[in-house]
Amino acid sequence: MYKSLLIDPAKCTSCLQCELACSFENEGLFNPAKSRIKVFEFEHGLTTIPYTCTQCEEAWCLHACPVEAITVNPNTGAKEVSDSICVGCKVCTIACPFGTINYNSSTGKVMKCDLCGGDPQCAEACPTGAIVYVDSDWTGYSKMRDSALEAHA
Amino acid sequence: MHHVIVGAGPAGVIAAESLRRKSLVDSITIIGNEPYPAYSRMAIPYLLAGDVGEEGTYLRHAENHFSDLEIDIRNESVTAVSPADKSVSLSSGESVTYDRLLLATGASAIRPPISGMDSPRVHNCWTLFDAHKLLNDVSAGDRVVLLGAGFIGCIVLQALVEMKLDLTVIELADRMLARMMDDPGGRMIKTWCEAKGVKVRTGTEAKAVEEKDGVLEITLGDGSSFAADHIVCAAGVRSNIDFLAGNGINTDHGILVDNHLQTNIEDIYAAGDVAQGPDLSTGEQQVHAIQPTASEHGRIAASQMAGEALPYGGSLSMNVLNTLGLITSSFGLWDGVDGGESVTSEDQAYNRYLRLEFRDDVLIGALAIGLTQHVGILRGLVQTGVRLGAWKQRLMNDPSQIMHAYLACVQGSRA
Ligand SMILES: Cc1cc2nc3c(=O)[nH]c(=O)nc-3n(C[C@H](O)[C@H](O)[C@H](O)COP(=O)(O)OP(=O)(O)OC[C@H]3O[C@@H](n4cnc5c(N)ncnc54)[C@H](O)[C@@H]3O)c2cc1C
Repeated sequence: MYKSLLIDPAKCTSCLQCELACSFENEGLFNPAKSRIKVFEFEHGLTTIPYTCTQCEEAWCLHACPVEAITVNPNTGAKEVSDSICVGCKVCTIACPFGTINYNSSTGKVMKCDLCGGDPQCAEACPTGAIVYVDSDWTGYSKMRDSALEAHA
Repeated sequence: MHHVIVGAGPAGVIAAESLRRKSLVDSITIIGNEPYPAYSRMAIPYLLAGDVGEEGTYLRHAENHFSDLEIDIRNESVTAVSPADKSVSLSSGESVTYDRLLLATGASAIRPPISGMDSPRVHNCWTLFDAHKLLNDVSAGDRVVLLGAGFIGCIVLQALVEMKLDLTVIELADRMLARMMDDPGGRMIKTWCEAKGVKVRTGTEAKAVEEKDGVLEITLGDGSSFAADHIVCAAGVRSNIDFLAGNGINTDHGILVDNHLQTNIEDIYAAGDVAQGPDLSTGEQQVHAIQPTASEHGRIAASQMAGEALPYGGSLSMNVLNTLGLITSSFGLWDGVDGGESVTSEDQAYNRYLRLEFRDDVLIGALAIGLTQHVGILRGLVQTGVRLGAWKQRLMNDPSQIMHAYLACVQGSRA
């Protein structure tokens, strides 16, 4: 049983610790613009929603990749980008209907959440429990995934 | 059950792998006519630019990938299909019988019908063979004319600039990317390319080419002419359907397939660049010669061939492109529909552009320049046809709220 990130927007205070932790872990710098998790604000911050890849089963990014640069980590279930294979064509960024794989102009490659190899730093850094890393069953992500796919197939 | 797949491009390979996941006992044969390991055409620009070697274009990297999956790959050309006895003929003279057949033969580059295009100094940029020839024949500083500034032309343009060629682009249409960008977007891209030192001549037709002493003389529609060392032709492609002539399989631009990706003949399917299948946006049959469609078709054709009868909603026309650092994307009916509504926002200083097209409160198409973060949600919104409700008007007022609209309407977040 894989674990997933469970996000509860109601608990999010928009402190952006997740974005900082993510960019530091993955890019070696504190720069929310390079974070793979992004906090969106509604109503001038009254509601905030942390948003990242759900490691969906359909794996649209993986299937669209022309050079097998995206593979599934057998331990975590995460869809991971190999920087050495990615040519930076960006087809995955338009194929993913969730918009959770993005082009990184500094590296010329794409980037997405890889669950930090099983120790996601966003969850680690979140002070309010808005982001936790738990057994997949709990997350209700299957609902989110389905909603985006209804019109397909 | 023997599945035969013609074509070892992305559509054929993905179909074979998907079939294997569905059945451990069926026999699977891919017959492909290119003398390379299965590769992706769309990685060719990165080979030209020197970012990767030939192996960087391969679809799969594990050494025994296909034999481990017990997928038999044969390097031959299929010369004919005979639905009556369920067999295909090979160039070797042999014939192979099938229970289910997938035609995934892709497309080939075509050249405009003008004189002189048969010179060895005129190149295509469609196959690995073309890429190796280009790399071999062309050197930094050469005067090169890129004929065609459509989607493929503009992708190749980036690679040709990285090859440090003295580049002139000639495009018949009045703008670059005529089929994936509107006027303002096309202008922005042209201005951008010119600022980077590329000469771009839109609304210009090449009328004739003549090779004299190793130099090409190119005559234009207005009668003027100029010299170049090489021409790279990106003036269109055509689905590979010639080998089907007279066998009863219905074709138009491509092989006509229904929403099961089946042709008019039972047990014969088509996928990828060769297939003219349902368009998600219009319901009409269209060739969508793009990687995501090849991959999706491959998986869906495999389900059908394995007997899973889920109908397919159709492919979505979409593209993303990097032109010398300017990133453009297009989705669905970006040119709008009668009775629809449209909103654009343009920021010339930052080279950003966004155009959204609606039918009622549903996003049916979009164009974006300079948008890289979360751009996939544009697909998500068009693909799901989700109703935007009050967000539609908010987007009409401020299209940059698109991510918020997506979160609110697709992910069900409160707003
Ligand atoms: C330079 C370039 C850049 C591109 N960039 C992009 C991009 O950025 N984004 C995007 O979405 N798409 C892009 N594409 C398009 C994309 O590569 C194609 O949509 C994709 O390759 C289609 O896959 P396919 O399997 O349908 O066909 P193909 O890849 O064409 O494979 C078909 C195979 O079948 C073989 N074949 C044909 N006839 C026969 C026969 N009779 N017998 C045996 N074998 C046969 C062909 O030789 C070929 O090997 C690009 C293409 C090129 C050339």
